[in-house]
Amino acid sequence: MTLLEVDRVVVRFGGVVAVNEATFEADRGQVTGLIGPNGAGKTTCFNVISGLQKPTKGKVRFKGRSITSLPVHRRARRGIGRTFQRLEAFGSLTVRDNVRVAHDIHAGLTGLVRPSSADVEALLDRVGIWDYATERADSIPTGAARLLELARCLACDPELLLLDEPSSGLDESESDAFGALLRELADEGRAILMVEHDMDLVMSVCDEIHVLDFGAVIATGSPAQIRADDGVQRAYLGYSDVDDPTTEIAPITGALTAPSTAAATEVQA
Amino acid sequence: MSSLFAFTLLGLFTGAAYAIVASGMVLTYTTTRVFNIAHGAFSMLLAFTFWDFTIRQGMPTLLALALVLLVVAPAVGWFTQRFVARGLGEGPVSVSLVVTVGLLVGIIGLAQQIWPPAPRVLLPFHPETGWQLGDTYVTAHQLITIICSVVVAGLLYGLLNFTRIGTAMRASVDNPELLKLFGGRPDTVAALSWAIGVALAALGGILLTPSVGLDYYALTLLVINAYAAAMLGRLKSLPLTFVGAMGLGIAESYAVAYLPTEGFWSTVRPVIPALFLFTIMLAMPQAQLRIGQVKGIVTAPVPTFRSAGAWGVGLLGMVAVVVAGLSTSDLLLVGTAATYAIVMLSMVLLTGYGGHVSLAQFTFAGVGALAYAKLDEPNLYGLVLASLIAGGVGALVAIPVLRLTGLYLALSTLAFAVLMDKMIFQQDWAFKFNGTLQTERLSVAGISLGSDAVYVWVMALVFVVTAFGVLALRRGVLGRLLIAMRDSPSACGTLGLDLRWFRVGLFGLSASIAGLAGALFAGLRGSIGAADFLYFQSLLMLLLAVVFGVTSVTGALLGGTALMLMPVWQSSHPELAGLLFVVVGFGAVALGRDPNGIANHLFKLGRVLRSRLEPRLRERLDGLMPQGGLAEERLTAAGASDVPLVSVGVDPDPTGSKVEVDR
Repeated sequence: MTLLEVDRVVVRFGGVVAVNEATFEADRGQVTGLIGPNGAGKTTCFNVISGLQKPTKGKVRFKGRSITSLPVHRRARRGIGRTFQRLEAFGSLTVRDNVRVAHDIHAGLTGLVRPSSADVEALLDRVGIWDYATERADSIPTGAARLLELARCLACDPELLLLDEPSSGLDESESDAFGALLRELADEGRAILMVEHDMDLVMSVCDEIHVLDFGAVIATGSPAQIRADDGVQRAYLGYSDVDDPTTEIAPITGALTAPSTAAATEVQA
Repeated sequence: MSSLFAFTLLGLFTGAAYAIVASGMVLTYTTTRVFNIAHGAFSMLLAFTFWDFTIRQGMPTLLALALVLLVVAPAVGWFTQRFVARGLGEGPVSVSLVVTVGLLVGIIGLAQQIWPPAPRVLLPFHPETGWQLGDTYVTAHQLITIICSVVVAGLLYGLLNFTRIGTAMRASVDNPELLKLFGGRPDTVAALSWAIGVALAALGGILLTPSVGLDYYALTLLVINAYAAAMLGRLKSLPLTFVGAMGLGIAESYAVAYLPTEGFWSTVRPVIPALFLFTIMLAMPQAQLRIGQVKGIVTAPVPTFRSAGAWGVGLLGMVAVVVAGLSTSDLLLVGTAATYAIVMLSMVLLTGYGGHVSLAQFTFAGVGALAYAKLDEPNLYGLVLASLIAGGVGALVAIPVLRLTGLYLALSTLAFAVLMDKMIFQQDWAFKFNGTLQTERLSVAGISLGSDAVYVWVMALVFVVTAFGVLALRRGVLGRLLIAMRDSPSACGTLGLDLRWFRVGLFGLSASIAGLAGALFAGLRGSIGAADFLYFQSLLMLLLAVVFGVTSVTGALLGGTALMLMPVWQSSHPELAGLLFVVVGFGAVALGRDPNGIANHLFKLGRVLRSRLEPRLRERLDGLMPQGGLAEERLTAAGASDVPLVSVGVDPDPTGSKVEVDR
């Protein structure tokens, strides 16, 4: 069931088109990948969905209702949580207090009087950063800080999780465990939309992938379909038609959306 | 009709001078991201320099002007960028505000020290020359002002659009790091923009002095006119800044022409820039939350209730002993220190924990004092109500800017402080112009605290109780939220916190603490007036709070005491009065980047002493006591406690959030 719909969203910064008529969805119970080269507009899309960036055009719908004009905090209260590419942990607080703050905000006025220790400890344990609980958030490794942002998000029990490069800073085994956690979270009925450069993780965890280039969605499909897509290979994955090991798989052209004008212009140039 | 034309023309002349000052401020802000509150103070300093060159030393006007504008001002600008403003733009707004407020106070002190108070006059350029334009007489000085503003606009346009350094300046606005990568020199760009900015402040100041007067404060306050004008262009657009400046000049001119010269409306003219500013702010769109590099701030440790309680009781005991032997005048000084310390507690909450800067905290104290005097209820009910009224006013000030960022909030508080100073406090229903209000001492449960010594002790008690309240808040849910909001507003927003109303609540609470101090101060003095709550006092208070430590109640106590001692020292050494402002101002410039201040150094000293003395103490006590006795108990307590009002020990879990979990 579709939870999030991004509908022909455009974001312009002066003369630069950062997001160009992007249209994609994220479903409950699924991990959806949003990939693309640097500067493709992935984080800007996240900012539009979470309310940190006003779109120039287009709509964002959550649970079937438009949230385009809602402020950031009201979107969060409707069930959208996010992490950040550039870490936004509360550096002066301990790891435990970071999660506790999120818990208190989520609990609202009752959070002012009700202690929330047990839930917080369980969350720290679940994402695997309990060992850092008493350390200041600005003193822990990047990978742990990213997991902290995830734990903080989960403290608000979101239905949609927007994860911006969540695995950077994690080693291979941590990354595997993280992938398993993502699947678990999706199985609980959450929709997960993830921007990620670790293609192994994306291909192994995601149910569906949208590829962005020059702000436009150039392909949508399953990991296998995306891996086999010519446009994606040229724009992002870096294979050529000749040396691509997957050329035997027929491209799924039916799943492709029209390439962006910006991308087209670039190719012509 | 002709008078309308005349006043419009007059407004354009004033607006032209504002435009020159404001464009300098916009230039420095856009290229270095440092909002220079001291911009008007530079105007003042250099106008005094110009007076010194021309009148005192007798230099030819043109030579003096060239020296000031082309040598002294750019040198001052370069020096300031190099040694004061460098790197400030990358830090929190609160730090750059504190540092530039320090500059403002330091510059006023410097001017007072170099040119002690005396009547000085700076004549307009070519005072005898003028032309009749219809019914209006246009002076040469006015024409020169207009020409200067047109030339400045043209030169800035040319510089930014047709020169390499101008291109680098515009690039620096977007991304100084990227500029560096492409071989540009952001430091050179920043130094140049400060040099030009200060030169423009000087030119505007010199042009305005004949009408404003050569005064330390009047010219310094030009910064409000400048940023009111610049706000129209959101501190970025030079053309809109010029439009804003002209609009402001004309509005002021019309106010002189058409507003009644008596009663309420007569007080409106001096506050037109502040009103102009509020109007523009109301029309500004919602600011978007920014994502950026979040840096945790190391703050002074938070004491446990036990140690804070011990130090509080100790302080009250000490005050009880001291006040018993003091004269009435000395008791008034101790009471004044308590007042300042309580107001500084409000800053600990707002600035130390919340990261917001208010330049009107003492004005809120004035509101509390006024409410207490007017309520005429010298009891706890009156005290609480006065505090709540001040809190309400604080929230009202924050509401128009709750959609905007911290810089605007701080700027609006300065405008508010000036507005209260020049307009509200002087109304007949308030303190009256040069008037005072009589107030009675507080009664508690029907018992009047008439004795000075008892009243001062009660003030100390209020300080201790308020400090306890502030610490309790810091250790609890709200304290964590405050720190979180300071560290990353964006993350708080995406977790569901409505920052706008949270900010208003914080501002209101902080103002209510300041109002409480003001009400107590009114009771202490027995007679209070508008002069007791001048905006400048709020600036000094902010600086001393930061110098002594705005993140701890100890800093508030020390800062309050120092602020009380300042005028005492100044009156006993009048020849060095300005020097003290210089020390405080430039002290804040030096220490402003560390809001933990002197108090935190005392805490560290306490920790060092404890780490050296404790093992010896332990040995001795172990020798004296049976196994597992007092020594062990004391050490356990020491390990869990931390820094009280003046030192010793750190709480290993500063938020008091120790949770035992069975894993």
